[in-house]
Amino acid sequence: PRLALAAWNKNAFEAKDQMSAMKALLGEGAVEDSAEVTLKAPDIAENGAVVPVTVASSMAGVESMSIFIEGNPSPLAAEFIIPAGTMADVSTRVRMGKTSKVTAVVKANGKLYSASKEVKVTIGGCGG
Amino acid sequence: MANILKVKAKASGGKTQVKMMAKHVMESGQRKDSKTGELIPALFLNNLVVKHADKVVFEANLGPAVSKNPYIAFDFEGGAKGDELVMMWSENTGKSATETAAIK
Amino acid sequence: GLLPAQGFAAAKQITDPYEVENFGNVRLLHMTDCHAQLLPIYFREPNVNLGIGSALGKPPHLVGDKLLQHFGINPNTLEAHAFSCLNYEEAAAKYGKVGGFAHIKTLVERLRESYGREKTLLLDGGDTWQGSGTAYKTRGMDMVQATNALGVDIMTGHWEFTYEQAEILENIKAFNGEFLAQNVFVTEDALFEGADEYIFSEDSGHVFKPYTIKEIGGARIAIIGQAFPRTKIANPARFIPDWTFDIYDDRLQEQVDHIRANEKVDAVVVISHNGMDVDIAMANRVSGVDVILGGHTHDGMPAPTLVKNNGGTTLVCNVGSNGKFVGVMDLDVREGKVQGYRYRLLPVFSELIPADPAMAALINDIRAPYLPWLTEQLAPADELMFRRGNFNGTFDQLICDALRKVNDAQVSLSPGFRWGTTVLKGQMVTMEHVLDQTCLTYPETYVREMKGSELKLILEDVADNLFNPEPYLQSGGDMVRVGGFDYVCDPTQDIGNRISEMTLDNGEKIDANKSYKVSGWATVGARSEGADIWDVVAEYLRDRKVASIDKLNTPKLKNVDGNPGIMDYPA
Ligand SMILES: [Mn+2]
Ligand SMILES: [Mn+2]
Repeated sequence: PRLALAAWNKNAFEAKDQMSAMKALLGEGAVEDSAEVTLKAPDIAENGAVVPVTVASSMAGVESMSIFIEGNPSPLAAEFIIPAGTMADVSTRVRMGKTSKVTAVVKANGKLYSASKEVKVTIGGCGG
Repeated sequence: MANILKVKAKASGGKTQVKMMAKHVMESGQRKDSKTGELIPALFLNNLVVKHADKVVFEANLGPAVSKNPYIAFDFEGGAKGDELVMMWSENTGKSATETAAIK
Repeated sequence: GLLPAQGFAAAKQITDPYEVENFGNVRLLHMTDCHAQLLPIYFREPNVNLGIGSALGKPPHLVGDKLLQHFGINPNTLEAHAFSCLNYEEAAAKYGKVGGFAHIKTLVERLRESYGREKTLLLDGGDTWQGSGTAYKTRGMDMVQATNALGVDIMTGHWEFTYEQAEILENIKAFNGEFLAQNVFVTEDALFEGADEYIFSEDSGHVFKPYTIKEIGGARIAIIGQAFPRTKIANPARFIPDWTFDIYDDRLQEQVDHIRANEKVDAVVVISHNGMDVDIAMANRVSGVDVILGGHTHDGMPAPTLVKNNGGTTLVCNVGSNGKFVGVMDLDVREGKVQGYRYRLLPVFSELIPADPAMAALINDIRAPYLPWLTEQLAPADELMFRRGNFNGTFDQLICDALRKVNDAQVSLSPGFRWGTTVLKGQMVTMEHVLDQTCLTYPETYVREMKGSELKLILEDVADNLFNPEPYLQSGGDMVRVGGFDYVCDPTQDIGNRISEMTLDNGEKIDANKSYKVSGWATVGARSEGADIWDVVAEYLRDRKVASIDKLNTPKLKNVDGNPGIMDYPA
C-alpha cells in the first residue's frame, strides 16, 4: 500500500528547465534567497556521479526542501517532506553531468526560500 | 524478496539519527546500451517514506538524478534503542515494498 | 607581536650556511614533496609561475630576480641559486647537487642536537612515497623505511594515495610516526559495507586520525593533518574507492575550535598538502591556526606569508620539493600563545653536508636489487633537461616527442606534474632520470582518436585548474604538456576562453570537428592498454642516441606582460 503524503510530481520531475520544474513542484510563489537556508556541496565534485549535498534550514515551520541542478537534463533531483519533529537537515548524493548551479528551495510557512552554489565538474588528472 | 535498504539509526539525547542507503541502479532512461545502442529503460526509486511508531518522520520524492545507491541522512525527535523504523519504498515502475530496521 | 622573519639570506656566516641561531622553545622541522628522491639530484626552480587575479605578484608567484628582490636575497649567491632559476647551469655546476636523505639526515640531526631533541618535531607534508623506481617497485615501503630512519614524527599525504587502499594502510602501519588527515572520510557506501573495522572513527567518518597533541618545550602543540583535497580528481579514484577528500573549511574550523576549547593547547599547527594558494585562502577563512606548514605546489619560499584573520595571524610556509629544502620554524610559545617566531628555509646542498653513514647504507640496501634497471645509460643530454614551470619544460618535450614517435601519433599529451628532477647538459640520461620524471602507479600509455574540440576541452579544463583566480577551484599541478602542436593561452580569461589558435607543427589549424591521433599517459579514469611510459621514453632515447629536442611546444601567452611570475620565456 502506497502511503505517500505528497505524490511524486511527474510534471516537476520531468520538466526540462529549472523554472518550469520549480513552478510545477512548488507553485507560482516568489522564491527568495535566504541566509537561513544552508546548502552544502563541494566546490569541485570529486565524482560527478556522486556529489554530496546537504540542505538545512534554521527556520521554523519547514514543510519541504528540494534540490535542483540547473545543468541537468531534468533539473529537479529530489524533494524531501519534513514532518513536525523532524530536523530540517537532510543529506543525500546527486548526479551532475557538468559544472552547474545547485539550488536548494525550502518551503516554510507556505513561503519559498533558497540558497545556491556552483559545483565544478572537471575532467581531472595532473597534480603537484 | 531481498531487502534493498541498509539502515544505521542511533538514538541519543532524545533524537534519532538515521542514515540509510538503498541498493538501487537509479537508471535514468537516458542511457544507451553500449552494445545494442538501444535506450535502457528508466528504473529508479521515486518515493521513500519512513515511519516511527506509526508516525511518518520522513518522506522523499526522488528523480533519477539521485546517485546510484541512494543515500539519505536525517534526524528526528524521539525514538529509543530497540524501536522499529518502517520504510516503504516504490519505484517509477510502480513496484513497492516495506522493510523494517531497529534503532540502536 | 610576531617578530620579522629571518630569511636564509640574513645568515651572517657565509662559511657555514647551516648555523641556525636558537630561538624560543619549540622547533618545527618541515620537509615536503620529496617524491621519493633518496639520492642527491639537480633541481631547477621555475621560470614561469604565473599568479592570476589576487595572486598576481605575490608569493609564491614570483620567479628569478623578482623573487630575489621580494625576499631581499643577493644575486649570484648560494641562496640565489637555491631559490631561483637564475644562471642555473653555471650555478649548478658550481654548487652541485641538492637533497638526498643521507644529507638531510645529517642536517636534521644537527638541527635537533643544537636546539634540544626534546623540543623538536619533524613534519613531512607528503608526496613522499612516489617519484622513483624504488618507490614504485616497493609500493612506497622504501620511503616508509627512509622516513622512519630520518625520524619523521608526523605526516600527511597526496601521492601516498596512489597505491591500493590495503597497501596504504600497511605502509601507515609500518610508519613509526603519525599519519594525520582531518579531511579524508570514509564513503557512505564503504561505511555500510563494514569499513568501520579499520577507520579511525565511525562517528566522525575520519579514515585517519585528524590531529595529535605533542608536548614539547613545555608547550602543548596541536598538529592537524590536511591531505591533498583533490586526490580523487587529480589521481585515479579507482585505487581508493572507499575514501573521499575535500577541503571542508567548516570542519577544520570546528576541529580548531574543539582543540582550543578542550585540549588546553598553546599553539595550533596544520601540516597541509593543499598547495600554497589554497593554504593562503584557507588561512583567510579559518581562524585560530598559528602556522600552516604546506606543500604540494613545490614552492620554495624563503619566508612565510603572513595572513591576518579573525583569530590573529596565520603563518603560511611552503618548502619546495625533491628533498631540496628543510624548513626550520622556531616558535616562542608561552602563556597559551605564540609570542614570536623565526624562520629559515635551508637548502640542502649535498656537497656542504656530509652523508649520514647509516642512512647511506640503508639507501644502498634499498637500491641494490634494482641497480641494473636504474643505471642503464640511455643517451647524453644535449641541453638542460628540466620540467618545472607552468608550461612545457625540455624534459616534458622529450616525453611528448617520444610518445609521438614511438606510438606513431600526430599529437601527444603529458601531465603537468611538478616533480621530476633536472639533468645538466652533457650529463648521461639514465633510466633513473626517466623514472624520476614518469614513475607513478598508472604509467600505461594510450593512442586514440580525439576530435579537435576534445583536445581544446582538455586544455581548457587543465588551464582552469591552474589559473582559476579562486584557489579552491584550482587543483595544483601545471598546464598539460603538449607535443606536435602549439596554441595561444590567455591565463586571465575564464574557462572556455583561455585557449585559441591550436595549430599543428606543420602549420595546419586544428579543426574542432576533425579527428587526430593522440598519444598520452597517466589516465586517471580507466587503465590504459599501452606500454609503460618509461619504456616508451627509453626506447626513444636509445634510438635517438642523444637527449635533445627539435622544437619546444610552449604556448604563446597573452596578457602576462609585467607579471613577475615569468622570465626568459621562449615564445
Ligand atoms: Mn608534490
Ligand atoms: Mn602533491
